[in-house]
Amino acid sequence: MDLIVFYVLAGVIVLASLGVVSSRNPMHSVMLLIVSFGALAGLYVLLDAPFSAVTQMIVYAGAIMVLFIFVVMLLNQHREDDPDVIPPSLLRPNLRAGVLFSLLLAFQIAWFLSRLPIHPFRGDAGTVSTVSSVAEIGKALFTTHSFAFEVTSVLILVSMVGAIVIARKEPDGRRQ
Amino acid sequence: MGGLSLADFGIDQALIAHLVLIFVVFQALVLTSAFMVWMERKVCAYIQDREGPNRVGPAGLLQPFADVIKLVFKEDLRPKAADAFLFAIAPIISTATAFAAFAVVPFGGETTLFGLLEQPLRLEVTDVNVGVLVIFAVASMGVYGIVLAGWSSNSKYSLLGGLRSSAQMISYELSYGLSLVAVIMLAGSLSLREIVMNQAGAWWHVIPKWYVFLQPLGFFIYMTAGVAETNRAPFDFPEAEQELVAGYHTEYSSMSFALFFMAEYINMVTVSAVATSVYLGGWLGPFASDTLGWVWFMAKVLLILFFYVWMRWTLPRYRYDQLMEFGWKWLLPLAVLNLIVTAALVIWLG
Repeated sequence: MDLIVFYVLAGVIVLASLGVVSSRNPMHSVMLLIVSFGALAGLYVLLDAPFSAVTQMIVYAGAIMVLFIFVVMLLNQHREDDPDVIPPSLLRPNLRAGVLFSLLLAFQIAWFLSRLPIHPFRGDAGTVSTVSSVAEIGKALFTTHSFAFEVTSVLILVSMVGAIVIARKEPDGRRQ
Repeated sequence: MGGLSLADFGIDQALIAHLVLIFVVFQALVLTSAFMVWMERKVCAYIQDREGPNRVGPAGLLQPFADVIKLVFKEDLRPKAADAFLFAIAPIISTATAFAAFAVVPFGGETTLFGLLEQPLRLEVTDVNVGVLVIFAVASMGVYGIVLAGWSSNSKYSLLGGLRSSAQMISYELSYGLSLVAVIMLAGSLSLREIVMNQAGAWWHVIPKWYVFLQPLGFFIYMTAGVAETNRAPFDFPEAEQELVAGYHTEYSSMSFALFFMAEYINMVTVSAVATSVYLGGWLGPFASDTLGWVWFMAKVLLILFFYVWMRWTLPRYRYDQLMEFGWKWLLPLAVLNLIVTAALVIWLG
């Protein structure tokens, strides 16, 4: 049963992600990315980590993708197959090199993966409860990882201030 | 069946009971939204000194069903320049997320249906230990229905309505969340069932230990943000008729319009149900809260729903800049203050 659910979710993720890069309408790409994130949250639930699943939905599928949608909706009116969107340098001649390189890369990844030692994930009670317990995650964030946590929040604040400075117009309408 | 029973297929009584429960909850939500349409029109009529719907059925109670039959038989129009796929899927997203959010709300204790079932059945669709967060996650998905409806219609009224709505929902989601975080700190749990169970008992045998008495400010913030979240008056900017015709669902007709309508009412029910569970003690009542808990639950939810309708027909709409200013400069700082004071008190008093 778990295996069936896993393959269904994994299939949805792969198909939706393929759709994201191959879709010609940027709005459809964004929606497919949300589908992919949703299926990923399903995988987290399957791994007994509902907290990760829900934060995945709130942060990625919810907050971040809303920003994507706004950008696409307000700035991007053209479709990706308009002739002036794809630079000619990316067409014919470079395509062959690209295919060759991606084949090499796929082969390399497959080779590495095949040599990895296989340790099946054991859902023993200790690990699972630590992963899924909100209290444990909170404790770890504010004790062991408190420095990284604070640094990240400062980083986000800096980028927020930066975005405001860049986007802000002077009162007389002149761009900064 | 040749000696085979349902149990041979891995189907036992608990599973059937659960499926029946899901079906009942689904139907109850649909019926409640129909009833809410009737209540809205009736209360509005009495507030304006009119009679309201009174032709179809006793006291006009069958009016919503007549409306639905009318909507089913209407032609489903689609603007020529609309994005067909997104235009079709937007109302479905809205309705599906509205239904899904109710899944984690407990509406009663445990019951065996007078000894009919072997194992007691918990009166809620599912009990996840991150229930409150699930509601946020589903609510943040609900924004997409409205944004997509606004964008895919390819009409300026729809687009403006969709943009307004998403800006409003994102702004008020913060206060909405922060007011609930204070309760989560008091209860020490994210499961709505445990939050309700923590409110059992009474102070001096008179005042029930509901969180509304510990968190009056939080309750006020939650209710205000909840009105804004559900796009109801006085915060109904996404469909401000005088400016935007009907906002994001201007171009919708027939049942796809009805789906948006239903989603709005079910969202109201969910916000009220969460308010009941988190602040008003859920299914707990002064007596018979074990067997008749769901009656208490429904009574409290109906009370909040009535309050919603009452407010809609009493208060005029704000201006859009007032809405944003109120959300960011008043409600959010208040929610943060409430959170900090609660956290300090929880630590101080143990």
